[in-house]
Amino acid sequence: MVSRVVVGAHYGLRDWLIQRVTAGVMALGCLSLAIYLALHPGLDYQGWRALFSGDAVRTFALLFMLCLYYHAWIGVRDIAMDYIKPVWLRLLIHVFVILTLIVYAIWSVQILWGY
Amino acid sequence: MIMIILFVFLCHAVTFCQIEFVKVPMQKKRPIHLALYQIKLPLPGVVSILHRASGLLLFLTLPLLLLMLENSLHSAQTYASLVALFKHPLARLSMLGLLWALLLHLCAGLRYLAIDMHLLNNLKQARESSKAVLMASFLLMLLIGVRLW
Repeated sequence: MVSRVVVGAHYGLRDWLIQRVTAGVMALGCLSLAIYLALHPGLDYQGWRALFSGDAVRTFALLFMLCLYYHAWIGVRDIAMDYIKPVWLRLLIHVFVILTLIVYAIWSVQILWGY
Repeated sequence: MIMIILFVFLCHAVTFCQIEFVKVPMQKKRPIHLALYQIKLPLPGVVSILHRASGLLLFLTLPLLLLMLENSLHSAQTYASLVALFKHPLARLSMLGLLWALLLHLCAGLRYLAIDMHLLNNLKQARESSKAVLMASFLLMLLIGVRLW
């Protein structure tokens, strides 16, 4: 009889892989933004807004942010699993982090498409 | 055949019994050395805990970063007020700190990818790559900081 406590982990390869794939997407995003900013010194509001008005940039920016939220979830979950011992408190933190990240995802769509 | 079965059975028995045999005396006699002023976290351990701390810091500052992105895109006025905010040295300093957290997290993450691919196999490489992660993140922060300032 295996009695599993609610810890939030999936005991498998999946999260490990997702953590690395999302990290790759974000690294690519950071690099492309850094290159763009290096090639366009003295970028003003018009230029900044023009960059984010293209659908391709908006879509990739949203992909970046969703990767960030999934990545953050796995990371924060691992930290909570390691340091927070009372199960009820850990569960509470997990639920709070998940809901916060979902709200961030909705907010991100509003930021990118809402102006 | 019977010998093999017996052998396998014995191996299992020994494995299971060992837990009982070993655990009881070790818990009594294991030396406890918690001289915290003598225990030093090795460099890979420092990078590991900084990777965690920087990740948590970035997570906690996410609403601030999202708010900044929103203000930078929303209108020319909000963009201007954001620019005005970053005239303040304290705002710049804290952004520089956050930039360092990001770069450290990125560099340390790349190091973990290298470890996953079995590129860093011995202690010497582990230590040197940890040093490289710390130096690279700091130098990149200086480079970007000087450019932005």
